[in-house]
Formats: sequence, structure tokens, C-alpha cells
Amino acid sequence: MAEQERKQTRRTDHGEEAEVVEEAVVDTSEVLTDRIDDQLDEIDSVLEENAEEFVKNYVQKGGE
Amino acid sequence: MTGSVHKVIGTETEFGITIHNQPDFNPVLGSGLVINSYAGSRARIKWSYDEETPGRDARGFGYEPSPAADFDSGLVNLVLGNGARLYVDHAHPEYSTPECYDPLEAALYDKSGELVLARGAATAQQSLPDGQRMLIHKNNSDGKGNSYGAHENYLMTRALRFGDIVSHITGFFVSRQIVTGSGKVGSENGRPDVDYQMTQRADFFEERIGLETTLKRPIINTRDEPHADAGAYRRLHVIIGDANRSEVQTFVKLASTALMLQALEDGALPAPVLLSDPVEACWRVSHDPTLAQTVDLADGTTATALELQWQYLEWAAKYAEQIGAADPYRRALVLWEEILGDLESDPMKTADRLDWTAKLQILDGYRERDSLAWADPKLRLLSLQYHDVDPARGLYDRLAATGRMRRLFTDDEIAAAVIRPPERTRAYFRGRCVDQYEGSVVAANWDSLVFETGQDSLKRVPMMEPLRGGKERVGALLDRCPTAADLVRALGDEDGRTRA
Repeated sequence: MAEQERKQTRRTDHGEEAEVVEEAVVDTSEVLTDRIDDQLDEIDSVLEENAEEFVKNYVQKGGE
Repeated sequence: MTGSVHKVIGTETEFGITIHNQPDFNPVLGSGLVINSYAGSRARIKWSYDEETPGRDARGFGYEPSPAADFDSGLVNLVLGNGARLYVDHAHPEYSTPECYDPLEAALYDKSGELVLARGAATAQQSLPDGQRMLIHKNNSDGKGNSYGAHENYLMTRALRFGDIVSHITGFFVSRQIVTGSGKVGSENGRPDVDYQMTQRADFFEERIGLETTLKRPIINTRDEPHADAGAYRRLHVIIGDANRSEVQTFVKLASTALMLQALEDGALPAPVLLSDPVEACWRVSHDPTLAQTVDLADGTTATALELQWQYLEWAAKYAEQIGAADPYRRALVLWEEILGDLESDPMKTADRLDWTAKLQILDGYRERDSLAWADPKLRLLSLQYHDVDPARGLYDRLAATGRMRRLFTDDEIAAAVIRPPERTRAYFRGRCVDQYEGSVVAANWDSLVFETGQDSLKRVPMMEPLRGGKERVGALLDRCPTAADLVRALGDEDGRTRA
């Protein structure tokens, strides 16, 4: 079935990619963690205060 | 084989609105305030409902009267120079994009709506007392069981049987949620509890097919209101989708859907994939961010949403190849395939393109760093603030500003789309007339404009063909007509009838 052929091809693509990038895996995950930490720090600086009350008061009317 | 029509595309977005610290906040008045603030001295244009038939059913039966407006919404209606409509719908400010020529253009104008609302809110803010803040969210649910829409519109041929749309597209709509979701903490509308789900809207779909949009929402909406020559066209009014902040996501959503619909019109799709219970499949798919959930098919087998999407991609790609599809469609197919590949290997790889994974990455980061349980209100706040259209506060904007979301458009392109209409549809004529003959355009709707020319009667110019009225056809004409009276006279001379 065509669907299986496509997925088979894709898996092969991924396999080849995986071989190429394997050595860099450890570094990449550290970089990713740093990036996410930076991201959270930035979000902290703009996040609304008093989450519980803010969320409680957010009520919309249905629409459409 | 019925023969396809060019897919003219537009979106409608109802924005969430609140004024923080205003105890007696009224969303209808608040919506009016933000729109009037955006309008400033711009002329208000009456929206003419004469040609609108939201109660007409595409299945050929039923004819319900249009609901009465909540208040005189004609006073809070703007037709913008970009051809869009900005108005109060129920208790929300709504932005309807102009008719766009292709999905990339439609994604750009969808983004331009965020900027329009952000500017309106910033101006409205100046009239509020200290301590009160207006907030506008491009989302679809308040987390308390109230939902509001993000609709897509596709021009279709009238010749296609509506039943064929239902059988072919239902499975596509259910499975595309993995690509189109904006992400939500928890569940609503009586659906089973869940920590996090892909979409804002899935919980609210209760029927396979129907006319309603505000309750018992159907996966396929049958509103038959073409806003064009009804003998030639349908407008497929798609209500099962989330408002996306991601540009890539909006683009892929519109392009993939348009291609599927066009392939269907051209008879290029094999037998449809039929789901046993599309309504249940809808929320079940949304409720499983691991993408492992299978849905039952009518032939007794099962498939995951991802497997179905691979199938639809293959059909759409084959069709695009056959017809030599235009560039935006080729570009969208590449992005669609990349997204499915990444969802297959690790959904979080799509966090730079999909709102639901971008949001989940933020929530997972906070859960880990601050040891938060899923019930913590801070996670709901993060989930909400992702959608804030104020670029200083919206979490999507913070990600995009630091290169963490892939963009398709520059800020300048989005700002230009706020003031300039698309050039290849009738929106061009509408937008230019509104700008150029301000004060003389006294009423409008999607398929006509009404001019005050100083004569005894108002002049109505019909625009029943969405692809007519573009720059090539009317640009020079508008350039040489300084007044609305000149324009109406010139249009009359052109073909004996007044039409764009």
C-alpha cells in the first residue's frame, strides 16, 4: 500500500540523518536546556501577577 | 469530475477580550471600545445584511431566520482599507480578513488582524482609568466551557455534491488537529479530564454535520451563504479549527485544506477514509499529545491521526504534482511533510512551528523548574498569556522575537497588510474604495458596495465574482476617478451596468 511505502521511505531518511548527527547529541541537549532556561527567565519577566486570581477572572461569553 | 474553482480563502477570528481590574466589565461595550478606538476618525460603514443568509443549509433544507443583533452593531462596523471587516460579533471583537488569492496571502492577512486588534487595544487603553488594562487574546476558549470561533472560508464550486465534502473531509478535519492545534490545559464541555490537549476547540464539537455554530457545534458546518454568485459557488465555512499565532501553522492549515478541497472538486481523491465515530475521534485525538491514540475506521481497521495525515499529504502532493500547483502550495507541502516527520520522531521538534508544542514546551519547562502540578493556576495563566496579542506580553511574541518561532513574514509585511488590500481579488476594489472615497461608501458587505454620489438614489455596485475587482481590472479605473460619482459613472459606461 502506498501509505506504507511512503512511511518506509521516511524511516530510511530518518535513519540516515540519525547517523550523521549522533556525535552531537549530548551537546545539543545541553544547549536546548540552556535555551529553555533562558526562555523561562524571559517569560518570568512579562508574566501577569497573581495567577490564581487572573485565571479565575478570565471569563468569556461564547461566540460564533 | 466537476472541475475545480480557484481557492479564494479568508479567515474570521473572534478575539477574547477583557479589561483587567474593571469589576463591571461588559464584553459587548469593551468590544465596541476597542473597535471605535481603532477607527478613530475613520468613517463608520453600515454593514448591509440584505444578501446574507446564515440560516440557509447547504444540504438543501432548513431556512432559519437570522438572529437579531445584540445591539446596533451597525454603529460598530468598520470596513478597512485592506478590505477586511472589523466589528462586534456577539461579545467579541471579530476580524474577518479580506478575500485572499492564495493560502500564503491569507496567512499574512490573518496575522494582520492581530496587529489591528493590538493597535485598537493600545488606543483604548488611553481612555481607561489607572490600574485597568485591556487585554485581547487570539484564543478560542476561556477554560470554563465558553468557546468562540476561528473560522476558515474556501470558495468552492456549486457543482460538487455537499455529501462528497462531508464524506471526504471529515477524516481530514479530525486528523489535521495534530497540525492545527493551539494547545489547552485541561478539558471542557464534559469531556474526560486531561492534563493537556492539542486543541482549544475539540471538546466543543458534538455533531458530525449541522448548521449551528454556537451550540452543538458540528465538524462540518452547512451554512450556505456564498457571498458570491450562488449559482456557481459555495463558500465552505469551516468552524473546526483553532486560531493560530504561528504563521507556519496558519499557512499549512489553509494550504492543506484548500488543496484537499480542490483535489476533491477535480475528482482526484480515491475512496474516502470514513471514521466510525468522528465526534468521539475528534476529542480523543486532541486529548493525546503523544499521538498514539487510534481512531476506529468504518472498514473495521484503526489508524492514528498521524497515519491519516500521511495519507492525505500523499494524495494532496500527488494532486499538486498533476496540476502543477502554484508556488505557495508547493512550499506548504514541504512544510506539511516536515511537520508530520517531526511529529512522528518527536513532537517537541515542532515547537518552533506549532502553537500546541511551543506552549507545551513552556509548560513542561515551568513544571520541571518550579515543580508545578498540572492543576497549578500558573500553568493556566501561561497557557492563556501565550495568546495575548500585545507584543510586549504575548508569550508567542516573546518566542518569535527571540527567534524561537519560525516566521514566514516580516513585521513590515504584516504592517503593510493592515493598510493595503490583496491585489488579485475583489477585496482590492473594496479596500481602495473605502480609502479613496471615504464618506461616500455608505454601506458594504462581501459582495457589494453602496455609494452616496449626491444623486437622488444610492448606487449599489455588486461584486458577485470574488476574483473580479483586482488591481489588474480596476486599478487604473480607480486611479482616474477622483470621486465616487466619477467611479459610478465610469462603471456604468464600461458595460452598461454598474458592476466592478
